[in-house]
Amino acid sequence: MSIIGVRDVSLSYFTPKQETEALRGVNMEIEPGEFISIVGPSGCGKSTLLSLISGMLKPTSGRVLIDGRETDGVSPKVGYMLQRDHLFEWRDVLSNLLVGAEIRHMDRERAARRARELLERYGLSGFAGHNPDQLSGGMRQRVALIRTLVTDPDILLLDEPFSALDYQSRLTLAEDVFRIIKDQGKTAVLVTHDISEAISMADRVLVMSKRPSSIIAAYPIRFEEGEGLSPWKKREAGKYNEYFNSIWKDLDGHAIVSR
Amino acid sequence: MGMPSSQDKRPDPSPGYSRYLKSQKRAWWGILLSRLLILAAFLGLWELAARLKWVDPLLTSQPSKLVTTFRELGFEGSLFMHTRVTATETVIGIVVSMVLGTLIAVLFWWSTYASKVLEPYMVVLNALPKVALGPIFYILLGDEYSVYGMAVAISLIVTIMMVENGFKELARTKLQLMESFGATRLQMLRMVMLPASVPNLIATLKVNVGLTLVGVIMGEFLSSKAGLGYLIIYGGQVFQMNMVMVSICMLALMSVVLYGIVNVIGSYMLKKGFHGRT
Repeated sequence: MSIIGVRDVSLSYFTPKQETEALRGVNMEIEPGEFISIVGPSGCGKSTLLSLISGMLKPTSGRVLIDGRETDGVSPKVGYMLQRDHLFEWRDVLSNLLVGAEIRHMDRERAARRARELLERYGLSGFAGHNPDQLSGGMRQRVALIRTLVTDPDILLLDEPFSALDYQSRLTLAEDVFRIIKDQGKTAVLVTHDISEAISMADRVLVMSKRPSSIIAAYPIRFEEGEGLSPWKKREAGKYNEYFNSIWKDLDGHAIVSR
Repeated sequence: MGMPSSQDKRPDPSPGYSRYLKSQKRAWWGILLSRLLILAAFLGLWELAARLKWVDPLLTSQPSKLVTTFRELGFEGSLFMHTRVTATETVIGIVVSMVLGTLIAVLFWWSTYASKVLEPYMVVLNALPKVALGPIFYILLGDEYSVYGMAVAISLIVTIMMVENGFKELARTKLQLMESFGATRLQMLRMVMLPASVPNLIATLKVNVGLTLVGVIMGEFLSSKAGLGYLIIYGGQVFQMNMVMVSICMLALMSVVLYGIVNVIGSYMLKKGFHGRT
């Protein structure tokens, strides 16, 4: 059974001045443990789709299913990683990691233990007592990811989590995040406008059209070099360019707006 | 955004750096000296003008008389009692308007409905010169409490607006994260709005010191029977320029002290709130 089901979902935003149709007839099924990338032009409603899956938004029509059940408010099975890390500068790293656990009234001791384990495992041990402003941008995003993992969600939604970083940190962090998510066995949905990022991270790439958006193409990413390649290896793999060009063409017909 | 630094080992300063430090120190002393010089020149000129009858000392008073008056009022009279009254009124006024203002700002954030409904009233109250309300406070609250009425009236609206603006800024950024974890409004308030507002609250507090003092002195002018404002008005009425001047000096001193205290509290809260655990 698919862990995320989006069935014929449409969503419109209403303001006193106008009505904006963001999504129209979106369908997708995501299997447990899958890593999905969604690419599309800026402002096409990619983030809206994530908000729908997380339960923060309700669809105007259609159904969003998590584990076969319709969403009703924010689901504890879903973790969200945002474009900006939103670390609280009045809390140290460990205390920042416990924000989600605190909101959900989880056992503090256990959450703290898990947070420390994750810090240790992903190369941030020794930083528990630091303030966020003492960390580099890439480290801050890794802390933000761990903050999400502390609440132990089954699904991770990544909303352009690397776009605020410089190119080099981006590549490194993509590598790290990929490894962490696979290591934890989570299902992940990554939203990005960066085609190479989408291909190198995902098992499957979905392409969205511009507004009102729907999914216009899907690419299962398979390389002859083998299964489970790291993002870096995938960028060097034989069929990488082929995928890139196909997706580029899909998007081209829908005028990518540069951001 | 540097990497975390442990204690840097500091080598001996180079000769160039020592020279730089020395010149910095010299510049600092120069500034201090110039400041004192201005004060001395002002007082000296004032004294001289009064002694040589360039101006009428009855109208302008003179520094040497101020010292005598200060001694008389301070040790035989009631200068310190009046100062204490004004200081107490100011502190209470600040506390009341900070607490009340923050509560109302929270209410406005909590309920968009309340915020929208009350918005025009806020605009009118903000624009209205609060001094005009003096007689109303006097009649409703009596001579003692009307001072508080005036103090709070002057600082409350500004407090609400400053705190509310800070909230709006936060709502656009950090709350997104809270929402993604499914936080309730109360959790957002406790975990983000209030701690993140600390710098803004401190800035508001500093503005409030000045505003509340205006309110307190204004209130005392209008109605009270004690306090530095009362002393200044009384001195003017009985044509005692010495008394007026001494009271003003005392007031200046008091406001500096209050401001200093607020600064200390502010930096303590910043340090505690932003560089330790909450």
